[in-house]
Amino acid sequence: MSEQALPMRPDAVETMAQSAVDHGVRRRRRREFVFMLCGLAAITFALLMLSLLLLDLAWHGLPRLSWDFFWNFPSRRASQAGILSAWVGSLLVILVTAFFAVILGVSSGLYLEEYAPKNWLTNLIEINVNNLAGVPSIVYGLLALGLFVYGLGTGRSILTAGLTLALLILPIIIVATREAVRAVPQTLREAAFGIGATRWQVTRDHVLPAALPGVLTGVIIGISRALGETAPLITIGALTFIAFLPAPPITSQFPFISFEWLFDGFTVLPIQAFNWISRPGSDFHANAAAAGLVLLAITLLMNGVAIWLRYRLRKKLQW
Amino acid sequence: MQAKKVAAGLSAVSALAITVASMQVSAVAQTRTVSIDGSSTVFPVMEAIAEEFQKSKKNQVRVTVGISGTGGGFKKFCRGETDISNGSRPILTAEIEDCKKTGVNFFELPLAFDALTVAVSPKNTALECISIADLKKIWEPAAQGKVMRWSDVNPSWPNRPLKLYGAGADSGTFDYFTEAVVGKAKSSRGDYTASEDDNVLVQGIENDVNSLGYIPFAYYAPHAAKMKALAVDWGKGQGCVKPSLENVLAGTYNPLSRPLFFYASQKASAKPEVKEFVEFALKNAVPLIKEVKYLPLPDRAYPLSLARFQKGVLGTVFGGVPEVGVSIDDLMKRESKH
Repeated sequence: MSEQALPMRPDAVETMAQSAVDHGVRRRRRREFVFMLCGLAAITFALLMLSLLLLDLAWHGLPRLSWDFFWNFPSRRASQAGILSAWVGSLLVILVTAFFAVILGVSSGLYLEEYAPKNWLTNLIEINVNNLAGVPSIVYGLLALGLFVYGLGTGRSILTAGLTLALLILPIIIVATREAVRAVPQTLREAAFGIGATRWQVTRDHVLPAALPGVLTGVIIGISRALGETAPLITIGALTFIAFLPAPPITSQFPFISFEWLFDGFTVLPIQAFNWISRPGSDFHANAAAAGLVLLAITLLMNGVAIWLRYRLRKKLQW
Repeated sequence: MQAKKVAAGLSAVSALAITVASMQVSAVAQTRTVSIDGSSTVFPVMEAIAEEFQKSKKNQVRVTVGISGTGGGFKKFCRGETDISNGSRPILTAEIEDCKKTGVNFFELPLAFDALTVAVSPKNTALECISIADLKKIWEPAAQGKVMRWSDVNPSWPNRPLKLYGAGADSGTFDYFTEAVVGKAKSSRGDYTASEDDNVLVQGIENDVNSLGYIPFAYYAPHAAKMKALAVDWGKGQGCVKPSLENVLAGTYNPLSRPLFFYASQKASAKPEVKEFVEFALKNAVPLIKEVKYLPLPDRAYPLSLARFQKGVLGTVFGGVPEVGVSIDDLMKRESKH
């Protein structure tokens, strides 16, 4: 009897232990479930709010979107006012911004990651770059007013605006470039060094192509941010009413290319939208919503292109 | 391939740098441009004038208008960067000094009137008129945390919370209202809903039964059905006066009506396009101002300004100090004296 009872004991202990384990697992599963619900609620809430905002914007703005809206200059009459000078201005400013920010940002990132010796100076630069990414945009506007407008005499022009926004997004691009470069496997570099490549060759032929998708993401994030900036551009003296376009970049006379547009006054989409939304009465609010939609569409389009490019480049990568 | 791209990029940079450097000299505007900046309150009026002027010139002359604010506009104006500066208040002593240093002489040209409108919810039936003394009781810094209910101001008013809406501290409207009501510019209680965006205030006043707020007349007018504008009693014998075109023109809506100006640089006015623009503005202002729902000056004011401009009468009639309750007649009397 006692021998029969004995083997039961460990069994009982086991089942007890088992049930304790089961209980623990169940509890943890429940917690996991609760966490998942919280996460789901958070993202649903965020998406709901976003779609509400977008729907509201579309509801007010869509009826205003027409061919004329894109090809008319601003006007005191809401129904005739358009965004021609604003979208042309936005496009040109972003062109200048991208040109300077990409060249300076990507090369700085590459230098810091691949060339710079690890010493206090590099550390100082690193800390500063990271800090600069968090500086409010209006500060860049004030800096640009002193440096470009009064210091270098570039005037209240597309060039100044482009340079200002380039400064603003430079830290974003540098940080993104560095992250992307750091993610390139060390073995790739070693293999290239092993067959006698110089640092420049390694960087140019292997590291940069491998890091390009990540770099591109940073560039697009930066440019999308620059596209929506208002404050620094108002500080450097962007205009609000401008009913003419910058000088054309292509001329009929030698040398056929003109950079005069760089020095012309301008306005951009967010300034135009801001001006319309802050006017008395509600006639102009539909215009502001429509301008917002256009801005949103441009940003989405750019992000789309970036994702597509990144996908293409990733597919080509093999190691 | 990557190398080529980079090399191409680098050469493009240097090419651009060289072009930029060489362009600096030749970039001096060949097209004639009138550049205007300043108050965002005056902007809708100036935009309308600029639009019509460009049309009348068949786009041979370009006009640009910015919104740096009255103070920001004067800074650029005194540096000689703009031809014309819009102001929602007269130029101040410090700004006059700045202009003197750079040798910028200016014409002061009154353009329109604004009536700061004290508005409440239409559901508020307790009052139709408010005295400047009561407004002071509500808005002075000492009221902070103390005057919290309507009945705290006047025992005959309902015992309900008082929800205040007013201009943010960076706005010219704030400067003027505090000067006119409290007696000292920028001196105000801080516990109220403040916004630089008047549309935010409009929404607040409309949707809150217990609200009281002040906004420029141009923001009240399109919402007149959803807000109630209070008549204002200065306590100087004129009694309760409603903000309206007639009362502003008659010079009785005091001290909350204020003139809006534009200032033209003397040097810039030597250029035919700027001179023509100023003359165009003064000759065609009234219908355009009415169209953008602002309050024009009386018809006789514009030829007077035009005569001053053409005779070359420079300077301000305000002496660089903030001033409230200047009626149109006062203004014109002072102008004709010059």
